[in-house]
Amino acid sequence: MSQDVVNLEVNGVAVTGRKGQMIIHVTDATDSYVPRFCYHEKLSVAANCRMCLVEVEKAPKPLPACATPISEGMKVFTKSPKAIGAQKATMEFLLINHPLDCPICDQGGECELQDLAMGFGRDAARFNEGKRVVKDKNLGPLVSTDMTRCIHCTRCVRFTAEIAGLQELGTTGRGENSTIGTWVEKSVTHELSGNIIDLCPVGALNSKPFRYQGRSWEMTEQPMVSPHDAVGSNMNAHVRRGRLMRVVPRVNEEINENWIADRDRFSYEGIYADDRALTPLVRRNGELVPVDWQTALEAAANGLRDVIARDGASQVGVLSLPSATLEEYWLLSRLARGLGIANVDYRLRRPDTRDQAADPICPGLGIPLVAVDALDAVLIIGSDLRSEAPLLAHRVRTAAVRNGARVGLVNPAEFPMLFPVAGALTVAAGALVTELCVLARAVAEVLGQVVPTIARDAAAPGASQIALANALCGAGAKRLVLLGLLAERHPAFSDVRAAASVIATLLGAHLGVVSDGANAAGAALAGVLPHRDAGGQPSQHVGLAANAMLNTPLRAYLLHGGVEPGLDTLDIGAGTPIGPDAFVVSLSPFAPESVRRIASVILPIGTFAETSGTFVNLEGRWQGFSAAARLVGEARPGWKVLRVLGNLLSVAGFDYESSEAVRDELRAILGTLSPAATSYTGQWTLQGPVLGVLIDVPMYQTDPIVRRATALQQTHVAARPLVAY
Amino acid sequence: MRALRQFAKTLFLGELLQGLALTFRYMWKPKFTVHYPEEKTPQSVRYRGLHALRRYPNGEERCIACKLCEAVCPALAITIESDVSADGTRRTTRYDIDLFKCIYCGFCEEACPVDAIVETRIHEYHMENRGENIMNKDKLLAIGERYESMIAADKLADAPYR
Repeated sequence: MSQDVVNLEVNGVAVTGRKGQMIIHVTDATDSYVPRFCYHEKLSVAANCRMCLVEVEKAPKPLPACATPISEGMKVFTKSPKAIGAQKATMEFLLINHPLDCPICDQGGECELQDLAMGFGRDAARFNEGKRVVKDKNLGPLVSTDMTRCIHCTRCVRFTAEIAGLQELGTTGRGENSTIGTWVEKSVTHELSGNIIDLCPVGALNSKPFRYQGRSWEMTEQPMVSPHDAVGSNMNAHVRRGRLMRVVPRVNEEINENWIADRDRFSYEGIYADDRALTPLVRRNGELVPVDWQTALEAAANGLRDVIARDGASQVGVLSLPSATLEEYWLLSRLARGLGIANVDYRLRRPDTRDQAADPICPGLGIPLVAVDALDAVLIIGSDLRSEAPLLAHRVRTAAVRNGARVGLVNPAEFPMLFPVAGALTVAAGALVTELCVLARAVAEVLGQVVPTIARDAAAPGASQIALANALCGAGAKRLVLLGLLAERHPAFSDVRAAASVIATLLGAHLGVVSDGANAAGAALAGVLPHRDAGGQPSQHVGLAANAMLNTPLRAYLLHGGVEPGLDTLDIGAGTPIGPDAFVVSLSPFAPESVRRIASVILPIGTFAETSGTFVNLEGRWQGFSAAARLVGEARPGWKVLRVLGNLLSVAGFDYESSEAVRDELRAILGTLSPAATSYTGQWTLQGPVLGVLIDVPMYQTDPIVRRATALQQTHVAARPLVAY
Repeated sequence: MRALRQFAKTLFLGELLQGLALTFRYMWKPKFTVHYPEEKTPQSVRYRGLHALRRYPNGEERCIACKLCEAVCPALAITIESDVSADGTRRTTRYDIDLFKCIYCGFCEEACPVDAIVETRIHEYHMENRGENIMNKDKLLAIGERYESMIAADKLADAPYR
C-alpha cells in the first residue's frame, strides 16, 4: 500500500493522495474548493467545462483538476492569480451564451452557474454579438427543458449512459452548434431519469411538475424515506408553508447513493389528489356524510364491536397495505389480537400462502445492499427488477457492469435489463416451477452434486439451462438468488420458492426476496400476519390470509393504509370483492369511489409525508422519519387514529404518548433478531400446481399515492396496459 | 452682584418678554400650516405609499413571479404563489401584500427586475373591514392600471438618479 501514497502540495500545504487520484479528489478532501460544472463524483471524467483549471508548478498552462492525475512532488495552486484568471476566463466564455433569465429560471437560487458567477464572473459583458438560442426538447412529462441555458457539461448524457444504462440523451453538433437531445424526438423513459434534474448544474433540465411552482429559498428541507419500494431510498422533502412541494434525493451511499427513482421523486403529487379524504365520513341511510372525529371513531368502534359480538371475531378481516409505518403495523397487530381477530394480513398481492410457516421472519435480501455491488453471480427469478425496485436493479447493474457479475433471469416474459445477462430463461407462468426444477438439476449436475429430490423427476436440462447453470457456478462464491414480486404473485408461489431455495442452497447463495411495498419487513416483524405475532412468534390461532379474506365474504373489514380493494389486491380491474352488506372501516388518506361504495366509516389518515414513523427496508434496516408536511383537512396520523380506536375498543395498554414510544415498545419485544430471520425455512417439497394467472402490476400502479401522481401517470411506462401471464 | 442681576430679571419679567418676542416674530412671518385635505404638501417622486402591480403598454403583466420581492421583504408582508400560465409563461397565481405588515421600505420595488411591483405616491387610503388590509393581485393590478401615467412619470423623473 505504501507505494500507492503520493505526496504533493496544495496551495503550499503538504497533503497525500492515492495513486491514480485526480487533483480534484485531493483538493476536495483537503477543503480547498475548486469550481466545477462537468465533474461529478459518480460519473466519469469528461473535463469539458474547463472550470476546474488550476495552476500546477512546471506545467506551462493551467490544467483541469478533474482530469489531471496527481504525481509525486506535484505543487498545485488553486487560488493563484494564474488559476483564478483561467477560471474567470472560462466563466466569461460560459456566460457568453447563457441567457440572463435567472428571475424566471426554476434553478435560480440553487444554480451552480449562478453561484460560481458570483465568484468568478465579470460584472459586465464584453460580448456584443448575438447569443445563441436553442429550441427546447420535449423529454416527456417529468423533465422540463430550456436548452438555451445548457452549458454542455454532459452530466446528463453521462448519467444516462453510465448509471441508467440506457443512453437516451446525447450531444449532437460541434462547437457553437452542439446541443443536448434525444437524437430522434422521444421522451426520456428510464425509471431513474429524474436524476438528471439534480445533476444539471444550470436550469436546462428541471422538474416539469414543479415548473414555476416555487423557489429553493422559500422551502424547508425535511428528511423522508421512500414509501414505494423496499429499498427505502432516502429523500428530502421540500416543504413550503406545510405543503410538500417537491422531493429530492438524500445521499446515502449504503442505500440509494445519490439517486432516487422517478416513482419516489414525482409521487408527491398524489398526496394532494382530488379524492383526498378531508373529514371523517360515516354512512347514514346509505349515504356517506361528513362527521366529527368523535362520532366517526365511535361509529367504527361500535360497528366492529357489534360484529364481533354477533358473528364472532373470525368474521372480521384486517387488511393493510405493505407501505404503512412500523408503528401503525404494531398498533394494528395489537388491536386485532386484543379483539381476538386472527384474520390480519398485509400480503395483499400474494395468492399462495400454503407454506407461510416457512416465510422468513423479516423478508428481505439477506445481505446488505452495498454487498449487491460486489456479487459474483445473481439469479433473478420472477422479477421485472427495474420496475419493482429501480435502485436494486441499479445495484445489480453495477455488479454486472463493473464487477462482471453473471446475472441469470428466469421470468415469464422478457424484461429489458440494461446490463449484460449471462442467461435468460423465459417460460410461461405455469411452467415456472418445472423450469426452476430443471435449472436446479442443471446446477447440481454442473457442480457434480447429488440432484435434490425436488428436481429428480425434472426433464434433462437443455443447452440454455446448462449454459445458465455454468454461468452461475463460475468463479466467485458471492452469489444471490432473488425472488421478485412476480414470483410472489405466482399462483404457486410456495413451489416457486421451494425450487428457488434448492438452487440457492446448491449455489451456496442466500435466497433473497424483493418484498412488496416499502415496509413489508416492518409488517412481518410487527405481526400483521394471520399466522404470526410480533417477531415471528407463531400465533395460537391461525387466521385467514388476505386472499382468503377477500374470496370468502366476511361480516366486517378493517382496511388500513388506503387499501383500494380491486387495485391493491390481486384481482385488479375485477371490481371489489367486498360485499355491500359488510361493515367496512377504512383508515385511508383517500376516499375514492371504490372505497366510498363499500365503506361504512372512512377515517382520514396522513400519508407517509405527514406522519412520523419507521420503515424497515429489504436489508432489515430501520429508518425512522418525522412528519414532513402538514396534514390535509382533518386527517390525523394513522398511529393516533389506531391508538384512539384501541382505547374505544378497550384494548389494554393503548396509552402511547408518541410514535417513538410505540416503536420502542416493539423494539424491546423484538430484541435482536438472529441473522436467520431473513431465511426461508421450508422443506423442499412441491405442493402442486394451482390454477390462476400471474398479474404484473405496472410500476406506477403499485400503491394509492403513485396511482394519483398525475405526471407519472402521463408517462409511457404508465400507459403500458396491465399484463397477465 | 449675581443676586442683584437675578432680582432685576425677575422683577421686569425678562423671560416672559423673551418668549413673547418669539411669538410676535412668528406672527408676521408667512404661515406653514397646511389645510389638509384641501391643501397638500409637495411630494417626492420617490414617495413610498400604496403598492401597485404594473402592466406593459400592450397589457401584459410585468410580474414574472421571480419572488425576489417576497424574499427581500423584511416584514414578510408579501405572499406569492406561481404556476405555468396558459401561454406557458411564469406567472403568479396569488400575489398578496399585507398592508398591516408592510413597513413601506421600498425594498420590493428595488428588488423587482421588471419594475412590476411599485410603491405609488398614494398614501390616502383606509380599510373598513377585516381582511381589506390584504391587497391581492387583482387589487394591485387595478391600482397599477389606474395610476399608470403617474407611476410612469415618476419613474421617468427618478431615472437620471438611478
